[in-house]
Amino acid sequence: MREWAGGSRTWPIDILTNMAPSTKKNPIDLLFAVLTAVSSFSIILLIAGILIVLVFESSLAIHKFGVFNFIFTIDWDPVRKIFGAASALYGTMVTTVLSMLMAIPVAVGIAVFITEIAPSFLKGPIGVTIELLAAIPSIIYGMWGLFTLAPIMSNTIEPALQATLGKLPVFSILFKGTPMGIDLLTASVILSIMIVPFTASISRDAFNLTPEVVKESAYALGATKWEVVKNVVIPYSKLGVFGGVVLSMGRAIGETMAVAFVLGNNHQITSSLLNAAATITVSLANEFTEADSDIYLSSLFYLALVLFVLSFITLFIAKLFLIRAERKYSR
Amino acid sequence: MKTVFKIGLVLAFVLAGVSAQAAETINGAGASFPYPVYSAWAYNYHKATGIQLNYQSIGSGGGIRQITNRTVEFGASDAPQTPEFLKKNNLLQFPAVMGGVVLVVNIKGVKAGQMHLDADAVCKIYLGEITYWDDAKIKSMNPKLTLPHKMITVVHRSDGSGTTAIFTTYLSQACSAWNDKVGHGTSVKWPLGIGGKGNEGVANYVRRSGNSIGYVEFAYAKQNKLAYTLLKNPAGRFVAPNFKTFEDAAATGDFEPGKDFYLWLVNAKGENAWPIAGATFILLAKEKKEADMKTVKFYDWAFKHGDKKAKELVYIPLPESLKNKIRAYWKAHGIY
Repeated sequence: MREWAGGSRTWPIDILTNMAPSTKKNPIDLLFAVLTAVSSFSIILLIAGILIVLVFESSLAIHKFGVFNFIFTIDWDPVRKIFGAASALYGTMVTTVLSMLMAIPVAVGIAVFITEIAPSFLKGPIGVTIELLAAIPSIIYGMWGLFTLAPIMSNTIEPALQATLGKLPVFSILFKGTPMGIDLLTASVILSIMIVPFTASISRDAFNLTPEVVKESAYALGATKWEVVKNVVIPYSKLGVFGGVVLSMGRAIGETMAVAFVLGNNHQITSSLLNAAATITVSLANEFTEADSDIYLSSLFYLALVLFVLSFITLFIAKLFLIRAERKYSR
Repeated sequence: MKTVFKIGLVLAFVLAGVSAQAAETINGAGASFPYPVYSAWAYNYHKATGIQLNYQSIGSGGGIRQITNRTVEFGASDAPQTPEFLKKNNLLQFPAVMGGVVLVVNIKGVKAGQMHLDADAVCKIYLGEITYWDDAKIKSMNPKLTLPHKMITVVHRSDGSGTTAIFTTYLSQACSAWNDKVGHGTSVKWPLGIGGKGNEGVANYVRRSGNSIGYVEFAYAKQNKLAYTLLKNPAGRFVAPNFKTFEDAAATGDFEPGKDFYLWLVNAKGENAWPIAGATFILLAKEKKEADMKTVKFYDWAFKHGDKKAKELVYIPLPESLKNKIRAYWKAHGIY
């Protein structure tokens, strides 16, 4: 199995030699193989179909605005029919990065606690609670953000940040303006809560794969808990953790309803985290139903296409890292 | 096994019933603003005639596209479509029911119906030219109120909507600076302010922020008892948003059958007319006479029996004179 996944150069031959004897013997096996293959290829077809539809629907906007012009134009003015993706792209990237910065340390901490520190009667309840967090529909997060979190942010947290971090030279740029609670910071906080369960449960599973023998040997050598986690568990399972991070990044980039209510959908590039902004998905959710001109609708499809490509590139880079790390690790 | 059989039998009957009724269904799609009243009418119409109306509130943009592609029997749009657009796509158009937009404020000590504003002041607030509540212009209109020296928090919709289209059309017509800088549409590039999603989003931010102003649908403001403002209409009077002032706006609006009733019902001439109102429209495919007749029959029934229900849901029924104009328009196109 290791050779297939690890990119051994002989993999097609491996499959053939593994499959050939059994298919000859048993027609059920062949049927099974065909069924699984059809299921897998249907996904490729589906993705290709989505890509074709997006390109087709956005062709009007691609023709009018071009690629570079669209990506680097900040303006988004439905009345004058000038559309650009820069502001939405900026919002998507800022909220994604910020939410990852907040979520990853917490998620890894949770995973370490569950696997290494918590007494066994606590492991079950905490694990289930975290998985429940992932099961809450995102619209609930959105309404909660609008009615509960945004007031707390604007009344307490954001003024406190302005009074402390906002006084420092570089950070003052990040916390300028009147705190309203509809801004990049609030959206990132909600996103981070949403992605914690993904990273945490995958990291937990990865940590659990660390062989007990290795850990016990470390303890026997006199290592403390912190040293075991730092030098044994995390190095052993960093690929799994990284996988969880990539998954949650995909979720953060594509998340729609949770942020649609608390980001304001203002197409602007702003240095302050206390300003309203727009992400690609927020623009789509807010404007799709009432897009009244052809070029407007086409530009929204174009925005979706940009998101599609962005997600693809993100996953591609992540996979590249994974494969590299795997090679280095298996050596 | 027996229960399974019974369930199957019931299912078969239900399915048979559905397919038998399929011929008696009218399919429509479009604006979400009139959805509550259309579905209430549809419920009563079904009880009275057995004919079903299936209305999907997918948004005005979707409604226009679906009727243009002829995938539904009628489309619905909050914005009137121009006669040129209708001609190009071989469509008919008529208004069905009306609504309006009101401004709501949240200033300490200012109750509903106390704040007086005119179009110029609203325009300057939304352009960011008037930034404090104790601005001389606002003060001169409100001598009795004590207004604080506080920054005005401007709230607008973050999603595309017919409400925004009506409101920005009002500003564009009343104020040339707005027309030059921003213009009108279902979503616009706002010069300032924060965006709330939906009426509830705007109302929530107005309520929470303090010293704020926002615009919401009349029905939403009335049901939630928000602090609405009075507005000065083109006749020079300060009016409150209520059924009477909306009906006056409708009665004095120039709905012309020759222009397929194309009209933004803003800044109406009537003495007591509320200046930010709008009808929501139905679009029909001109060549599909049979389907159109079914739709027309439904709206004719609603015009006759639906006014009370509409008012209950805080929509403004069309005035009788306009209903008769619409009936004549149907007749002229051979679908009534």
